[in-house]
Amino acid sequence: MRLAINWFKYSAPTTFYGLAGKLIPFFAWPAAILFAVGLYIGFFVAPTDAVQSEAYRIMFIHVPASILSMFIYLIMAGYAALGLIFKTRLSSMMASALAPTGALFAFISLWTGALWGKPMWGAWWVWDARLTSELILLFLYLGFIALQASIEDPRRADRASALLAIVGSVNVPIIYYSVQWWNTLHQGSSIKFSGTSMHVAMQQSMFTILVACWLYVIAVVLARVRSIILERESNTQWVKDLAETK
Amino acid sequence: MMNWSEFFAMNGYGFYVWGSYGVAFLVFIIEIFMVRNRRKLALRQLRLLNESGEA
Repeated sequence: MRLAINWFKYSAPTTFYGLAGKLIPFFAWPAAILFAVGLYIGFFVAPTDAVQSEAYRIMFIHVPASILSMFIYLIMAGYAALGLIFKTRLSSMMASALAPTGALFAFISLWTGALWGKPMWGAWWVWDARLTSELILLFLYLGFIALQASIEDPRRADRASALLAIVGSVNVPIIYYSVQWWNTLHQGSSIKFSGTSMHVAMQQSMFTILVACWLYVIAVVLARVRSIILERESNTQWVKDLAETK
Repeated sequence: MMNWSEFFAMNGYGFYVWGSYGVAFLVFIIEIFMVRNRRKLALRQLRLLNESGEA
């Protein structure tokens, strides 16, 4: 049992609260630095695109935000499922902590996509398969948040929103494959596992910003889950003894 | 492309490029403030609980 106890030590809100607090700066500062580096490469190193001239530079935020909006949803659904199955409170709290950040990335993906689409396709919005499924993703996030907020008892709220998150996760592969199944307006992925046709500086910028976004998400979600822990465990002794609550 | 006015013009796409990055940056800043504010509120709530507990 010795190993098991160690392993689960950090899954208890009490120890996780302290650990998360220490970790946040190690994610937050590298995120800021990598953002700056990524933007520098994207705007000063990457060349002008033959077809799209400068508008394509929106890609360096649009693609990472879109990738993250999908990944965060899967991770959120995963934590929600864990909380549902194992009744581990911290898993459900993580799902609640991820939802707002996921929603914001879905919004950024749609917003930057629209501002890229206007000059390139001539329209802010098109009922294209990918755009529509990404919009559904945003509504799923907002639905998760609303469902969580609308139910008084946290345990019941977690259960209800977990079901929504799990059911909604079928939408993520739809977004990903939408460009192949219905090859409508949105172009296919220019980053394949076999490599990419993009200019090396473009790859570097996008990848740097993608990593920066990941680090940002971890830092923000860890910070938010600590607040959720404080809110939900407010009547426990260990919270009462915390220095910052004196 | 080194002088700043050309840079911000983005060859005519400035509105779209800076509209994208500006809003994205704003969203991140707002989210950071919202998270910090949530913590402040949680701690204030706990302090009240503690005070009422001791009194």
